[in-house]
Amino acid sequence: MTMLRWILLLAITGGLLFAPNLLEPMLRPLAPAGGPVLYNRATLSSLTGAHLMLVVMAMVPSTIIGLTLAVLVSRPAGAEFLPLSRTIANIGQTFPPVAVLALSVPLLGFGSLPTILALFLYGLLPIFENTLAGLRGVPGAVALSARAVGMTPGQVLAQVELPIAMPLILEGIRISTVIALSTATIGSTVAARSLGEVIIAGLTSNNLAFIVQGGVLTGCIAVLIYDLFGLLIAFAKHRAGIETGDQL
Amino acid sequence: MAIATRITRIDRLTAVLAVPLLAALLLSVLSYRPNRIAPPEPRSLADVFDGGTVSAIIASAVLLTIVLLVQHRPAVRAAIVGLAVIIHVVLLGWGAQILMEGSAPAARVSPGTGFWLGFGALVLLLLDAIARLQPSIRARAALLVGTVAALAFVLRSGLLADLSLAAEYRGRSDAFHRATLDHLTLAFGSFLAALIIGLPAGVLIQRRRRLRDPVLNLLTLIQTIPSMALFGVLIVPLAWVAANIPGAASAGIRGIGMAPALIALFLYSLLPIVANTVAGIDAVPHNATEAATGMGMTGAEQLRMVELPLAMPVILAGGRIVLVQNIGLATVGALIGSGGFGTFIFQGIGQTATDLILLGVLPTVALAFLASAIMDLMIAMFRGQSQ
Repeated sequence: MTMLRWILLLAITGGLLFAPNLLEPMLRPLAPAGGPVLYNRATLSSLTGAHLMLVVMAMVPSTIIGLTLAVLVSRPAGAEFLPLSRTIANIGQTFPPVAVLALSVPLLGFGSLPTILALFLYGLLPIFENTLAGLRGVPGAVALSARAVGMTPGQVLAQVELPIAMPLILEGIRISTVIALSTATIGSTVAARSLGEVIIAGLTSNNLAFIVQGGVLTGCIAVLIYDLFGLLIAFAKHRAGIETGDQL
Repeated sequence: MAIATRITRIDRLTAVLAVPLLAALLLSVLSYRPNRIAPPEPRSLADVFDGGTVSAIIASAVLLTIVLLVQHRPAVRAAIVGLAVIIHVVLLGWGAQILMEGSAPAARVSPGTGFWLGFGALVLLLLDAIARLQPSIRARAALLVGTVAALAFVLRSGLLADLSLAAEYRGRSDAFHRATLDHLTLAFGSFLAALIIGLPAGVLIQRRRRLRDPVLNLLTLIQTIPSMALFGVLIVPLAWVAANIPGAASAGIRGIGMAPALIALFLYSLLPIVANTVAGIDAVPHNATEAATGMGMTGAEQLRMVELPLAMPVILAGGRIVLVQNIGLATVGALIGSGGFGTFIFQGIGQTATDLILLGVLPTVALAFLASAIMDLMIAMFRGQSQ
């Protein structure tokens, strides 16, 4: 089942990226009479690259900062900030990604920068929350016995707590990345280069063929990346010694 | 000795937030533009108010910081900071009025960096005090009603009428009401449809284990698809329906507009409802269902009187996720002509008009926040009942 899904997704993605001419006959009925069938203002592969670049540029700092903040408030010294940080995380989730994106424009102008800022800010919350949940799920006895065998607090964190929390941390990064892939599409309304450009072009010129190319490609890439994280999480669970029946 | 340690223990959160709180006094508290599209000019406290008022504001801000550094009781902190938030908003309205008095009607005044910084710090302090109070359900409900009433009062009173955002609203009040209606239809219509389909579907796949993984996998797959892609791709079948099925077009179904947005939001809503229904019923204690069977309840009675009530907090948690998600995602619908607050957001982006963006963003955020607070209360009430 899973293999079939991957083969299908990879075939569609690969077809749209590298051999769009093969798909032209299928898309032709959707294009307006005499209008272009394949998006021609940029190659889909260059837009995919730009799209993924936006996501990576935002997710790397999101992960570093979200993880660090969660580690800090879970230490005794940061305990005073714990109630507030949970409230912020809770309220922050009610902020729609589009709102964060739109409010970044007055601050940073048009282009990639406001999009990266919005993806970064929105990505912090799931990573922070999941890291916190993962660290709190570490049994007290385990951390205590690690201290008892002479590990420093830093070693306990790096060698015991983080590996045990890793599946949940990765789950958080997965949620953030999926949201980021979606918001990066909308980023094209503030002039960031992404696959959303193709969908917007289709909407403004009433060309369904453009909408389908952009929409299907973004959808396939998002699902592929989601599945990729599924593999990583399964690996992290295996390493942390958590046995599950989950396939993904 | 005990007294000495109490006095020296300063509140760390206040120590951190004192920086933005006091810096706010030195920055531009309001920004002034001769007309709607002119670049903003910063106005500091001293530009807006007379000397006496400025000294009073600075003195109260410093006093507030000192009190909060040493005062640890959450109830007292909440009361003081609550008062400070009210004064902050009143000063915003008053300052805007002063700036607008000597200006042309086309001039615009909006909150500046200083206002937002101070407001943010105060709200964080207030949220922290409330979180530490751990209020009861009744107190939370009262707090929510109080906040909504205070907000409604401020908006109705005309206190903030001189702000640019209010001017932006006055020019579009009809469009704003239409957008509100569209937004509510999108968010709640799809939520209701998802409940009607999702609840029975959840119960069904909870009973039939073989169906469970395929259905949940499919719904997860749908959730993963970026919103603009799903909204866009749904235009294709709907355009076909409108063109080929008699009566569909006259029923309002077109390729673009409300229909694809409603369907997309409905599809996104299914996963949290179905998955949480399954998880909620799964978590019902075994002895509760056994007792029900022992009493001679049929399967349907058991579901209606035992399993669903006990699963309700978890199902409602799914509903909370759906409502917040739908209210946010409904903004994207504006790109395919479904209306809603997103219309103002994307128009505002197009014109680089921050106030217009805010006119779309603020009600969206307020609505999402309200929905999540109400759902949280309902979850807490059901939890209290089932214990």
